[in-house]
Amino acid sequence: MAQLLLFEALREAILEEMERDCRVFVMGEDVGHYGGSYKVTKGLAEKYGDWRLLDTPIAENSFTGLAIGAAMTGLRPIVEGMNMGFLLLAFNQIANNAGMLHYTSGGNFTTPLVIRGPGGVGRQLGAEHSQRLESYFQSVPGLQMVACSTPVNGKGLLKSAIRSQNPVLFFEHVLLYNIKQPIPTGENLSSLERAEVVREGKDVTLLTYSRMRHYVIQAARILVSQGYDPEVIDLVSLKPLDMGTIARSIQKTHRAIIVEECMRTGGIGATLRASIMEYLFDELDGPVVCLSSQDVPTPYSGLLEDMTVVQPGQIVQAVKSMCTKESVQ
Amino acid sequence: MPVAGAMLRCGLPLLSRVGGGGRVLSWPDALLARSWSGQAEQHSPAQDDKPIPVDIPVPFLAHNCDPPPQHTETSGEELFRFFRVMNVMRRMEIASDLLYKQGHIRGFCHLYDGQEAVAVGMEAALTWEDPLITAYREHCNYLGRGATVTQVVAELLGRQAGCSRGKGGSMHMYHLDHHYYGGNGIVGTPPPLGTGLAYALQYLKKPNVAVAMYGDGSANQGQVAEAMNMAALWKLPIVYVVENNHFGMGTSEARASAHHGFYDRVGYIPGIKVDGMSVFAVKVAVAHAKEWCLAGRGPILLEMDTYRYHGHSMSDPGSTYRTRDEIQGVRRERDPIDLVHKLITKEGLATAEELKALAKECRAEVDAAVKESEASPEPEEAELFTHVYRADTGVEMFGADRHASRLQRN
Repeated sequence: MAQLLLFEALREAILEEMERDCRVFVMGEDVGHYGGSYKVTKGLAEKYGDWRLLDTPIAENSFTGLAIGAAMTGLRPIVEGMNMGFLLLAFNQIANNAGMLHYTSGGNFTTPLVIRGPGGVGRQLGAEHSQRLESYFQSVPGLQMVACSTPVNGKGLLKSAIRSQNPVLFFEHVLLYNIKQPIPTGENLSSLERAEVVREGKDVTLLTYSRMRHYVIQAARILVSQGYDPEVIDLVSLKPLDMGTIARSIQKTHRAIIVEECMRTGGIGATLRASIMEYLFDELDGPVVCLSSQDVPTPYSGLLEDMTVVQPGQIVQAVKSMCTKESVQ
Repeated sequence: MPVAGAMLRCGLPLLSRVGGGGRVLSWPDALLARSWSGQAEQHSPAQDDKPIPVDIPVPFLAHNCDPPPQHTETSGEELFRFFRVMNVMRRMEIASDLLYKQGHIRGFCHLYDGQEAVAVGMEAALTWEDPLITAYREHCNYLGRGATVTQVVAELLGRQAGCSRGKGGSMHMYHLDHHYYGGNGIVGTPPPLGTGLAYALQYLKKPNVAVAMYGDGSANQGQVAEAMNMAALWKLPIVYVVENNHFGMGTSEARASAHHGFYDRVGYIPGIKVDGMSVFAVKVAVAHAKEWCLAGRGPILLEMDTYRYHGHSMSDPGSTYRTRDEIQGVRRERDPIDLVHKLITKEGLATAEELKALAKECRAEVDAAVKESEASPEPEEAELFTHVYRADTGVEMFGADRHASRLQRN
């Protein structure tokens, strides 16, 4: 099996889907001739030309609108936000024009659109380039949101997202593009609505996504070496949440800790906590704990930036507080 | 003529959902066929297509292009068609006004009466393969795309027979097969989305033009300028149509726009100012614009000088920012239906009495459609959760109410 970096896996997904379906095209800033600011579309313009790797002017609002118009005719655009944060300029397009269309047209039209790009807190990129847009878009009905975290799920999810008839927000993370993993050959589409059980366990359910998955795995290694048995679930699907998988896990462990990169207020964790409380209250031995980023603009200073996001040590601590040795069999 | 279920050269279907009824009718045929079958012969005495010359007295003003000619030709058949359709549109809007005042239509309702010449003249120069997108004052545009009055009024009443099953409302009417992309509530939406429609035409090498309509109020949105830049950059086949009815709700164009005029705003996009109250001027201008685009010359802009009799919406009396004299004056001097009426009587094609009878027939058609709409049932409760997502991945999708999720108990 070939080892691919995450950005290479995403590129492979795009390449395969463009090859398979001539309606698929990519658009965004510097996706064509430049090859993409994170190299996700490197080399594709030479193969497919300027109409299918469309270099747009810096006009997120209108080019997202353009993608929506094109998608309504049956074309399948992949819109790249150079940084997901820039897509705040296209909020109206995404919420009103993409999300709502299937409903307001009584089922007549769909927008088979993928909006992808890097987000999350990077390395000292500053407040405006460290956005976590999943918080803002999660309440728009009609949108689907997935967050990839590995080359394997990145490729599988992106292929599925491109084939879906729904508008999909595909969240990548600035710090994960160089993660390496062996990728099996073949289609290997991932479900857009399924969470991924990364590690089975029985002591506590750790719910996470994107970059935090890797911090949780780090923490899990430490915990396992100290005799704990955590179950790690990568949410993958942020909207809709895979309550089935989550419920099965909590019914087993009776303890839940959410580890997210969103800010505490109004993030994915806030929604998830409410759902777990509402549906699984009787299964819980104690309140759901949520570790989120601080409700501050991300500072430039590396020291402060590290304090903004959850660190593996905090995850270890949270599990230990929740699972005292006596309460764990 | 390509049909709605067109296939791409790579063998895949063009439309994500191949709609029913593949045959694409041109607009006039559909209206005659559906609304007035069998009655056409009785009430249009002059069925011959003898060309009738028409002057267009208000000059076209052109920016960076040649204006179209100030005259055109029409025929008896076309004149009666225009008369009927505009009357149906007018009556439909008036009927909607009444239904709104009776509390049967709620929310926002933006009426088009006074602007009929733009919708009708435009469709006379286009086919339904030319995609159209507009904003919220769309009932007549939707009708012009081959919808029935029932589909419009039932939607306004929020009934199942409505074109969006009652879930869209006044601002969200769509026609898949006839390439009508709505119906948009947020101002400034048609230019970028329309530019996307034009992008698709170019991508698929279709010999058609996209038409994106918006108002004088929307013209100051940033996304409009952004879209135009892309259209000009990539020479997309798009006609931007500004329906300048001189008021963005209660703000006149003079109080909103630093530069008077919309046709000459953009240096790199040619524009033409058109008398939007003359269906002939509109038809000539749109035909001219279509030719421009199909010659690969890129986008072009048409500013339609038009007027709405109603206020901005049913919540706006429309008289606090303009005088009743002004409204009555336009109605007296420039009414689009009167223009056609005068020409028909002048050419001796029908008497005023006969035209009155024809107008009454149109009114009866609308009244029948209103009755049909009122008889249509309200949506079923389950309809609340349909069409949020398109379930196509074989995995269960959760609705708005999380009680719909199924948990496997061990």
